[in-house]
Amino acid sequence: MNALTVVRAGALTTVQDLGRPGHAHLGVGLSGALDRPAHLLANRLVGNPAECATLETTVNGVAVRPDRAVTVAVTGTPCPVRVDGRPVAWGAPVRVPAGAVLDVGAAVGGLRAYVAFGGGVAVEPVLGSRSRDLLSGLGPEPLADGAELPLGVPLGLSRGVDAAPWPAPPVDGLVLPVVLGPRDDWFTPDAPRALAAGAYRVSPASNRIGLRTEGPALVRAPSRDGELPSEGMVLGAVQVPPDGLPVVFLADHPTTGGYPVIGVVPGAALASAGQAVPGTPVRFVLVRA
Amino acid sequence: MTTPAVNVDTPAMELRALPVGRHALLVEVATGEDAQALHAELLRRRAAGALPPVREIVPAARTVLLDGLADPQALAADIAGWSVPPLAAAGGEPVVVPVRYDGADLAEVAELWGVAEEEVAGVHSGLEFRVAFCGFSPGFGYLTGLPKRLWVPRRATPRTTVPAGAVALAGPYTGVYPRSSPGGWQLIGRTDAVLWDTGRTPAALLSPGTRVRFEVVA
Repeated sequence: MNALTVVRAGALTTVQDLGRPGHAHLGVGLSGALDRPAHLLANRLVGNPAECATLETTVNGVAVRPDRAVTVAVTGTPCPVRVDGRPVAWGAPVRVPAGAVLDVGAAVGGLRAYVAFGGGVAVEPVLGSRSRDLLSGLGPEPLADGAELPLGVPLGLSRGVDAAPWPAPPVDGLVLPVVLGPRDDWFTPDAPRALAAGAYRVSPASNRIGLRTEGPALVRAPSRDGELPSEGMVLGAVQVPPDGLPVVFLADHPTTGGYPVIGVVPGAALASAGQAVPGTPVRFVLVRA
Repeated sequence: MTTPAVNVDTPAMELRALPVGRHALLVEVATGEDAQALHAELLRRRAAGALPPVREIVPAARTVLLDGLADPQALAADIAGWSVPPLAAAGGEPVVVPVRYDGADLAEVAELWGVAEEEVAGVHSGLEFRVAFCGFSPGFGYLTGLPKRLWVPRRATPRTTVPAGAVALAGPYTGVYPRSSPGGWQLIGRTDAVLWDTGRTPAALLSPGTRVRFEVVA
């Protein structure tokens, strides 16, 4: 019947694709793979179009058993990959026989692995996307042991690669460019410098909604002590709640919010934010729009 | 045909377009009503092909966010010259939401309004509302239309669970919880109407710009 059985769901494994654009005015966020380039690469390696759904794992991987032979590829964080206990390649197409167990092991250096299957994970789309949005609850439930996931029909042939260039996870430090605004005037004039000079670290409270930080608190301008009327929020927005600690909005962020956004991290820099383990040093670098 | 009629009796709406990152603009106006008028104007312009491609148009309390723009600076310059007509008196029938006015905070709301508990239903169902914007949860609309004397504060302590279909008040807004969730609004009633159903087109019963009436049911 062309399905995967979940043998080991892992800490948090979700189905993800390119997300659910065009519904923010209804309170539905973008969602989708946090490390988008890794999702795209995994799909390319197995011959899938970009929009096929992959599995996004967190920290300790996932194990699944396909009931038909399928080509898979694991990208994102480096990690051990095994088929029926035998080590196979990471970052390359691998053939998994029918009934064999594909085990994606613990993340090495990063957080999230992406597992593509020829034909994609073919759960029913919701508003045009198969992504699980952890904030709004849309899309398929996170994987559970014993669950079954349908597989799509492979469209293309995986051509294989000699080498897939891939950046290492941000082990030494996460560098996040920030374009100031729209609410940088809600902070003291010194706040942008404090943000850029501050020694921040990735907080363990980070998730698919936002990368939370620990470090020096940013100070509100004395004239701006009230609440900001709710306004639209973008991916990468650096929102500053009353505790003064910046939160970088990731794929499952709320569509509106009432805390001021001091700046925005351009989308291309967010893939590495999705791979930064708690405790990783974070440096914000002010850039021009 | 997209050129809006200039209303000489109304002062021009002040539009402030703030850049948001590299691909978005936050257009700020003075009032919630202006934000609704600007949102309607943006939808008109998009429908007429007079707006550059944009992924999201997200109205909110005093702003409209335009996200996914190729050249936000060019649009910001263009918007500065726009004349936005005031919100038109809407034609057509409003969406009617049937409500049992038996919410847990009915007594408190009645006291804040200075009416008897059984009069809340009549007052609330006698008003017409408009969905100013959505947020918080898919299909949760922030409905304006309460006169200022009927604005009530949020509860000091939010509830950990508010049931799906709860009809609630906070500040200038009325809202209906599409699904069970935590919530800090004052609950005045409950509806069986399905606010959000992804198996339905459209999924949201209440989307920005929709006019709404509440109807008392026993």
